Amino acid sequence: MSKKTLRLKIDELKTSLGDIKNFELSIGKIIEEAWEEEFGPTPFPSTSDLRSWDLKLIEKYKPFYMPFCDVCCLCTMGKCDLTKDKRGACGLNMAAQQSRIVLLACCIGAATHTAHARHLVEHLIEKYGRKFLIDVGGVSVEVEAPIIRLVCGIRPKTLEDLEDVLDYVEKEIVQLLSATHTGQEGSFIDFESKIFHAGMLDHVAMEAADIAQISAYGFPKADPEAPLIEIGFGVVDKSKPTILVIGHNVPSAISIVDYLEDNGLRDKVEVCGICCTAHDLSRYDSKAKIIGPISWQLRFIRSGIPDVIVVDEQCIRADALIEAQKIKAPLIATSEKNCLGLLDKTADQPAEVIKDLVDGKIPGALILDNDKIGEIAVKTALLTASNRVKFKSIPDVQGVIEEAKKCRKCNECSRACPNNLPIPKAIEEASKGGLKDLAELLDLCIGCGRCESACPGNLPIHSFMVVAAEKKLKEEKFKVRAGRGAIQDIEIRQVGSPIVLGEIPGVIAFVGCANYPKSGREVAEMAEEFAKRNYIIVSSGCAAMSMAMYKNEEGKTIYEMYPGVFDAGGISNVGSCVSNSHIAGAAIKIASIFARRKLRGNYEEIADYILNRVGAVGVGWGAMSQKAASIASGFWRLGIPVIVGPHGFKYRRMLLGRKERKEDWYVYDARSGEKVYVGPAPEHLFYSAENKEEAMVMIPKLCMRPNDTTKGRAIKLTNYIDLHKKIYGTLPDDIYMFIRTVADIPITMKDEVLKFLKEKEWEENIIPDPTLLPRLIRKRRE
Amino acid sequence: MCAAEPWQKAEISGPMKSFVIQKPDVAAALIKKAKHPVLIVGHEAVEAENDINFIDYIVKIAKAGKIPIIASGKSFSEIRKFTSALLMPIVEAANRLIDPNWSGADGLGHHDLALFIAIPYYVEWLILSGIKHFSSVKTISLDRFYQPHASWSFPNLTVKDWVKNLNDLIKALEEGLKNVDV
Ligand code: SF4
Ligand code: SF4
Ligand code: SF4
Repeated sequence: MSKKTLRLKIDELKTSLGDIKNFELSIGKIIEEAWEEEFGPTPFPSTSDLRSWDLKLIEKYKPFYMPFCDVCCLCTMGKCDLTKDKRGACGLNMAAQQSRIVLLACCIGAATHTAHARHLVEHLIEKYGRKFLIDVGGVSVEVEAPIIRLVCGIRPKTLEDLEDVLDYVEKEIVQLLSATHTGQEGSFIDFESKIFHAGMLDHVAMEAADIAQISAYGFPKADPEAPLIEIGFGVVDKSKPTILVIGHNVPSAISIVDYLEDNGLRDKVEVCGICCTAHDLSRYDSKAKIIGPISWQLRFIRSGIPDVIVVDEQCIRADALIEAQKIKAPLIATSEKNCLGLLDKTADQPAEVIKDLVDGKIPGALILDNDKIGEIAVKTALLTASNRVKFKSIPDVQGVIEEAKKCRKCNECSRACPNNLPIPKAIEEASKGGLKDLAELLDLCIGCGRCESACPGNLPIHSFMVVAAEKKLKEEKFKVRAGRGAIQDIEIRQVGSPIVLGEIPGVIAFVGCANYPKSGREVAEMAEEFAKRNYIIVSSGCAAMSMAMYKNEEGKTIYEMYPGVFDAGGISNVGSCVSNSHIAGAAIKIASIFARRKLRGNYEEIADYILNRVGAVGVGWGAMSQKAASIASGFWRLGIPVIVGPHGFKYRRMLLGRKERKEDWYVYDARSGEKVYVGPAPEHLFYSAENKEEAMVMIPKLCMRPNDTTKGRAIKLTNYIDLHKKIYGTLPDDIYMFIRTVADIPITMKDEVLKFLKEKEWEENIIPDPTLLPRLIRKRRE
Repeated sequence: MCAAEPWQKAEISGPMKSFVIQKPDVAAALIKKAKHPVLIVGHEAVEAENDINFIDYIVKIAKAGKIPIIASGKSFSEIRKFTSALLMPIVEAANRLIDPNWSGADGLGHHDLALFIAIPYYVEWLILSGIKHFSSVKTISLDRFYQPHASWSFPNLTVKDWVKNLNDLIKALEEGLKNVDV
């Protein structure tokens, strides 16, 4: 059945029955529905259903493309030189090619979360049954799935309902991917609209994944006081056999701790993790330990601490098996998406597999049955630990000094290093016995290993840094709050009004990967600065980990200093990458719970509400992956701007407003239908900052919204002006664009600002009930 | 050392690569020839490399060539102690440069030439690519490393050679240019 048929059916039901009690999905299944809220215009939107909303955004926030290279090589008619306004053999130009690549990235990201969600939902249905109830927060969370309600127009009650949601998402991703074929979509504008669609689908998939695992595994349910978890390089008790899990999809890691519990071994074996699997495992078992973000893989494996490495999916180094072999640790792959060339031993007797792994007969095994993974990983760890006595693959200090003498000062390492680190100088120091420079570089290193790959002398440069910083690494013990999951409805009710009025100056989400331009410390510093300024801080994924890895003078981490509430001055960790859905979900819930806007299949109206009223900003300071691209894109379509760090320039297109073009910044006043100038609020939708200071000024600016009350705008401006002055030493030259009436001016800065306004021939303006959607105008102009 | 290959080795641009500025006089001539150049300065100007007073060079280049400055980050705060500058993030500046109707850094309209300095290598690389593909603005990279997406760029230079180049450029601008072929 086509989408059109689906729509028709809904219309028929509406006219003949009034309220819809059930309807037929495109996948042909009847869902029993007792939801009295009527359908909005776009349940299960197709690729083009929200196009007119997308075009509104793209009109305001025009793409600025920065191609990685001049050519396209996607089909055999190429390579085609697309330099300047040349067109390829298929007729495509550079703008369309760039947006096509961004769409591909977002399709990869959305497909990854969807496949992850599909695996989780199928696995949990097998374990707990189709009718297992979704529960993300008991009575505290009535709106259990804000994104799914908004996009799909259904309220998922059981795991089985999530299958329907994923059917829809999978179908749409195939549509989007097909648009990237040669000779399909030809306009950058439509590629951009499809990018938004991919992002929206990604958020649906992330929500499906997280609410399934929260419900079935009993993760913290919207709990601001989720337990504090140990995190850091030094948290593992090395006297115990140690299993390291890496990846994002937690069932295999859970089977390990379940096996340990069931066999009375929980205190005998350490289970620690890197990346989001670690987050999710610690949501299941607060004894699980987190080593660190994605960039900690090489340093931790090479330390020789893990006795067995278990990988699932996403963000795992492709050379994990090679690195594991260097420390003689068997590796168990557990996902069809990441088999690493290993033999499939799923059907073998566990005892045989364990023997082969322990004897080193095979370097690792592919095990695709979660019921077996726990037993195999644990028994292998117990047996291997006694044999291998923590075999490191890093040299000792003397070894580093000797090896460093072989350096040819060719600079190949620096030229390969994404952060252009001054490695040769540090190596020269090391050759003379001084390891301080090398140790300091580790904090700025993203652990990619490119320097080693480039070195003609095969020097293990990253390992040198690890040796140099070994003492500090061993002492790295911090606390991170376990992922809390959703935001409670009551929290939304409490902060809804101050956020929409602007009195809480903004919600800032620090999310994403660890591809930092400098140290991860910058994320912690930004988070703390804005928490102190009474913003609501949320975090997830690797960023949530990096934020935990620094202490104040009293030895406390940010999660110990600030409460985990969704409120002014709170710092919460929602969880893993898929938990990002709760951040978008919170913005949606502000519109639905606080402002009582209808949610069901009503995407455009809610996005319009968020864009104009909810001062939220996402910051992906180390954003690296295609998933980060699709997550960002889901935020854009909802009207939430995203700032990325300097490596984010490599996403090769930004969505930038032009604040000086007055004509771009008009909205309708929903009360009168008048068009009203509201200034560039928010100024950009996707913006890459050159350094932390620039981001710190942009964050408060992008929190401004047309709906801010005068009191709210004054608070937001206070933060913007104050940070601008602190960092640049001047009053921002664009404040006149953000001041609608004299009452907007922060009281303590009144004289200075008024003087400035006079120079700019500033005029007062009204504060409208803002919307970009003519259909929301309550009284039409004559 | 003066190789015309990207500093970060994987950053291969494609068919349209920048010309290498072998002699700073060439850059000076290009600046003189331009109708309305602009100097875009990134935040690295305050991160002294080998104790070089970057800001001093930048201010001298701008003054000698009568070039308005757009600066990002803390470079702005330093530069404005010596001369006027417009504070603007690099990405915003680039996005405006490609618009022929933009009023320019000094309000005098479109810039036909943009000089870049003190921007992180990979950021500048992408910014230059955006300008190259989507505008007719010519670009010069004055940074220490070869930038293939510029119209003209210094090659990869030692600190010593780079400083010499900057000094020579300032001198050529101050003296005014006579017979340099571009
Ligand atoms: S897809 Fe089009 S532009 Fe790309 S290589 Fe093929 S013909 Fe050339
Ligand atoms: S491992 Fe670290 S030092 Fe080596 S290239 Fe990567 S970021 Fe640079
Ligand atoms: S690549 Fe290797 S040999 Fe060359 S400078 Fe770096 S460490 Fe020395």
